[in-house]
Amino acid sequence: MTHPRSIPYGLILLSLFVALLLGILPMPLWSVWYRPEWMALVILYWVMVLPETVNIGVAWLMGIVLDALNGTLLGEHALALAAIAFIMDKWQRQVRLFPVWQSAVIVGVLIAIYKLIIGVIQGLVGQPPDSVGYAFSIGTSVLLWPWLQAVLAVRESYGAQE
Amino acid sequence: MLFQRHSAPNFRFIILFALSLCIMFYDQKKQQSERLHIALSAAVAPLQFAISAPFDVLGWAKDSFTTHQKLLTENADLNAELLLQQAQIQKILELERENAQLRALLKSASYLTSNVKMAQILAVDVDPYLSQAILDKGSQNGVFVGQPVIDATGVMGQVIQVGFLTSRVMLITDSRSAVPVQDVRTGVRAIAAGTGPQRPLSLTNVPDTADIKVGDKLLTSGLDLLYPVGYPLGVVKTVDFQSGEPFATITVEPAANLNESRQVLLMWLPAQAVYEEAKQDLVQISKERQVPTTSFVAPTN
Repeated sequence: MTHPRSIPYGLILLSLFVALLLGILPMPLWSVWYRPEWMALVILYWVMVLPETVNIGVAWLMGIVLDALNGTLLGEHALALAAIAFIMDKWQRQVRLFPVWQSAVIVGVLIAIYKLIIGVIQGLVGQPPDSVGYAFSIGTSVLLWPWLQAVLAVRESYGAQE
Repeated sequence: MLFQRHSAPNFRFIILFALSLCIMFYDQKKQQSERLHIALSAAVAPLQFAISAPFDVLGWAKDSFTTHQKLLTENADLNAELLLQQAQIQKILELERENAQLRALLKSASYLTSNVKMAQILAVDVDPYLSQAILDKGSQNGVFVGQPVIDATGVMGQVIQVGFLTSRVMLITDSRSAVPVQDVRTGVRAIAAGTGPQRPLSLTNVPDTADIKVGDKLLTSGLDLLYPVGYPLGVVKTVDFQSGEPFATITVEPAANLNESRQVLLMWLPAQAVYEEAKQDLVQISKERQVPTTSFVAPTN
């Protein structure tokens, strides 16, 4: 059922590392709200393609790292990432067969859920993100999804499991 | 096989969900998770330095490739500026001496002098809804939680988290930040609270009758025993007195260059002197008003 030889561990680690770097890369002031949710995108992609390798636990761990980098409440990004990874894991059999634009819609919905969870927790600890700009990154993330799929395109070669 | 594939994530998610909640509740009690944060910030520090380094190199490269002519003009400008500032410092030195004399007469410790150390803000972005910055100095440089941070033009914020190599600064625009200030023109005291990144601060609970006008400069009053006394915090931007409302709506533009400054100063205030001074002030005030002195707790730092 699994293909131990064919799982691209190197690519997975590299993509997670690059997603971390892109998440803290300094950007001009006007564009801060447009920064795509790199880590969420990469996690969603790998959960869709290789749910047994990149599972909810991996998503949760990367969330903890994001919390440490951002100085947010510990567990906040972890919970949000684990939640969307969980939903993606439930749907991955269908989503991976969707055409790109359709899976982009699903990704948009999941990223929105991700941002909602973080927003609510931020609000509970006293600092809700009350700018309209908070939602902009959902759009940029959706726009990036097809490109991300193309770059990490191992879907066909590693996808077949049954 | 099928059963396992579909039941494992459910179970795992419930466990991780519970774990997240536990960690978040635990983390809310900051004092307990201090060590955890130090460990975590040490773990991510290399990543932050790695991202910041190319930008430092870019800045260095820009400096090294500027033309001779440009350097000459810049040098002339800087010399002129230095002359001007030295002239001003002469006046300040005289004032400082006089001030020290007066304080000696009043038998109160002067705490205008303090130690400073240069630090650099790492070129690392945090989530745009947080007003934070990351410094390249940590506990190995003696940075402590609650330490004031200023830049060339004003107060920037205070240290809220210290790692071994890095530390995290809460800027004055953060909605959890509040700085006691004093109006230079009238001496009216108020508290400047942050309202979020890239937004002006607001003066809270200022009565309608207070004498504060647009353009007034606000300095830190030091009544919190945390920020140094007399550093510029900002300039009053808008004042809105509404009849019927008990308090005025006043916004303040920060003096510090919160978005652009890379070089900042960490300050070490002689805490005991600050404490003694404040206590004497409070005793004085309570005597004047015939109010019994309340017990006053010394800062632990």
